Amino acid sequence: MPSSIPDALNTLCGGLILISAFAMVAVRQVQGVTRFFVAQSVLLATSCFLLAYSQHSMDLFALGLITIGAKVVTIPWVLRRLLPSEFYERREINQVINIPTSLLLSLLLAIFAEFLVSPMVNAAHNPVISLNLPIGLACLLIGAHSLMARREAIPQLIGILAMENGTFFAGIAIAPQLPIIAELAIAVDVALIAVVVGLLTRNIQETLGTTEAASLDELKEEVAE
Amino acid sequence: MTLIAILAIPLLGALLCWFRPLRKHASSVTMLCSWAVFALVLDVAARVIARGKVVGIPGWFEADGLSALVLLLVSFVCALACVFARGYMRHEHDDGRLSWFYANYNLFAFAMLAVPCLAGPNLTWVAVELVTLFGALLVGFDNTASSLEAAWKFAVLTIMGAPIALFGFFALFWAYHSATGGASETWDGLRLMAGSMNPAVLRFSFLLVFVGFGAKSGLVPMHTWLPDAHSQAPTPVCAVLSGVKTTVPLYVILRFLGVVLASPTARVGNWMIVLGLVSVGIAAFLLVQVRDYKRMFAFSTVEHMGIILTAAGMASQAADFGAVSQILNHAITKSLCFYVAGVILLILSTREIGSVRGLLRISPFAGSALLFCSLAIAGAPPFPIFLSELSILSAGVEGGHKVVVAILATLIVIAFVAILSHVNRMLLGKPETPVLAYALPASCRFTVWAAAVPVLVLGVYIPAPVHSLLQLAAHQLGGR
Repeated sequence: MPSSIPDALNTLCGGLILISAFAMVAVRQVQGVTRFFVAQSVLLATSCFLLAYSQHSMDLFALGLITIGAKVVTIPWVLRRLLPSEFYERREINQVINIPTSLLLSLLLAIFAEFLVSPMVNAAHNPVISLNLPIGLACLLIGAHSLMARREAIPQLIGILAMENGTFFAGIAIAPQLPIIAELAIAVDVALIAVVVGLLTRNIQETLGTTEAASLDELKEEVAE
Repeated sequence: MTLIAILAIPLLGALLCWFRPLRKHASSVTMLCSWAVFALVLDVAARVIARGKVVGIPGWFEADGLSALVLLLVSFVCALACVFARGYMRHEHDDGRLSWFYANYNLFAFAMLAVPCLAGPNLTWVAVELVTLFGALLVGFDNTASSLEAAWKFAVLTIMGAPIALFGFFALFWAYHSATGGASETWDGLRLMAGSMNPAVLRFSFLLVFVGFGAKSGLVPMHTWLPDAHSQAPTPVCAVLSGVKTTVPLYVILRFLGVVLASPTARVGNWMIVLGLVSVGIAAFLLVQVRDYKRMFAFSTVEHMGIILTAAGMASQAADFGAVSQILNHAITKSLCFYVAGVILLILSTREIGSVRGLLRISPFAGSALLFCSLAIAGAPPFPIFLSELSILSAGVEGGHKVVVAILATLIVIAFVAILSHVNRMLLGKPETPVLAYALPASCRFTVWAAAVPVLVLGVYIPAPVHSLLQLAAHQLGGR
């Protein structure tokens, strides 16, 4: 049972983060995926602030600010600036697996995550860890799954960033004392990744006229006759 | 101080390449910087051999045997690759894009050099990410549809490994912090405290880092970016990517393995052996049906990464020595292979194995170089890879891993036959179409000669300093 109000609110954030991970698997539009990603990042930042308050940690507070700066402001802005709107607002994302199957797989991944971390969580006796660690791992795995299931550049990129959200949600619980320099470096790194991948995406789109990764199929091992 | 200079010089080089009056000379600037770094690294390696450890800033920049080995390989391959690039890149691009290429190349070298210099795992993660970023930009440098496709696959698959590995480092921090109560985290400190960390958390974090960085070293099933990137990137970049870029994340995995093995209860060797064998196996069968000679060398990289992993998983001192010698031999031989592939590409402008016939008649230089390097990379007797593979196999038998050794030996033989039969087809026979005489740039010719020297020497004679460096490095892997 969560003991204090910040911890209870953190539990709420955790639940909503997991739901938004499922939502990102379920929606069909590129814009929908982006919106749920921004919502998830806001929840992550909220959770950072809550833990910063309950543990009196400036590091976590800074991490929350960095998350808002990088994932709520910069990355959506970079994506909007770099890509023309017709690609950004495409209606249907090309899926390899259909959405109900995808959701079922995501559910299995979430259960698997809980199963994987339960021995470690039981040893820790900490309500925040026992909530954040399984949810973070579940978001990581679901993000990886959606990356595999989607064949388009922007949803793939957001899949990676959603995986990172999961990692940070677990990280703020299990490693809240992580030195500030590492956090800064990590945040800068996330922004760099977005810029580089954004640049690549634009080049690909200029060269090929589409950002559908499924049309990137020139390089394959041919079967020998 | 030397360690900091090693990192500062490539950064300075990148800046100078951007500097407008120097743009015309970007290639010379890069060569100067890379060779200066190589000289400094030789000094660091000598001091590591004498004293066991070189400290730049305690707790931040430190180098021991394993880091010195990786530093040496990275700086050597980077120094030769930019000599090769001087002749190779000039034909294709104008000065503006070339200076951009060299600036990026310097940053790529900086990131790779930073990984072994850093003393703590968290910043190492950041450095590995930087390697990926600059690597992706270099792979897509040609801006053609297929090179961008390769860059995209490279970026997605390897950046995807980043959050997974980061999760692992968070878990490692958690284990370390609960055991020590707040000392700052260095690889040495982790090894010391491994015994008192929670083994379940330690194993969990190793698994995550292993999966995340395994994707970056091209281990099956996340290897699909590797042949694409290595066939599409400009050839000098291929040499760096295949020779040392794959080794850099593997270095972190091996470091971490040293920590895990220092704990009496956490066991991870079997995972590494199984995944290593799967990589070797898939690579061996892909080698049989490959159609593009640059992809052929790329799959051989997957094979070698698998062999190194299997050897490290055996966790005995002899196998560890085999693993680090394999790292050394793979780096020097594979970079040579890509220089030769680049030379063939310059002469014939095709990557297809099927459309290369009678290379020995077209160009005796390229033909004999291809024969030399493919025998060396496949592991034929007088070459260093043969020696290190043999020592891995015999260490496996001593350690009681007979089944593993049998499978590994079979797969190595399959890969050997596959590589040589492809090369055989390329070398012999009559040229199908008359090929225009092509004047090979002197710098390309020089690079092939210079890169062949260590391959030739290490096969017959391992100098005493190299041997003691390898022993120091093997010690870090923590086998008993």
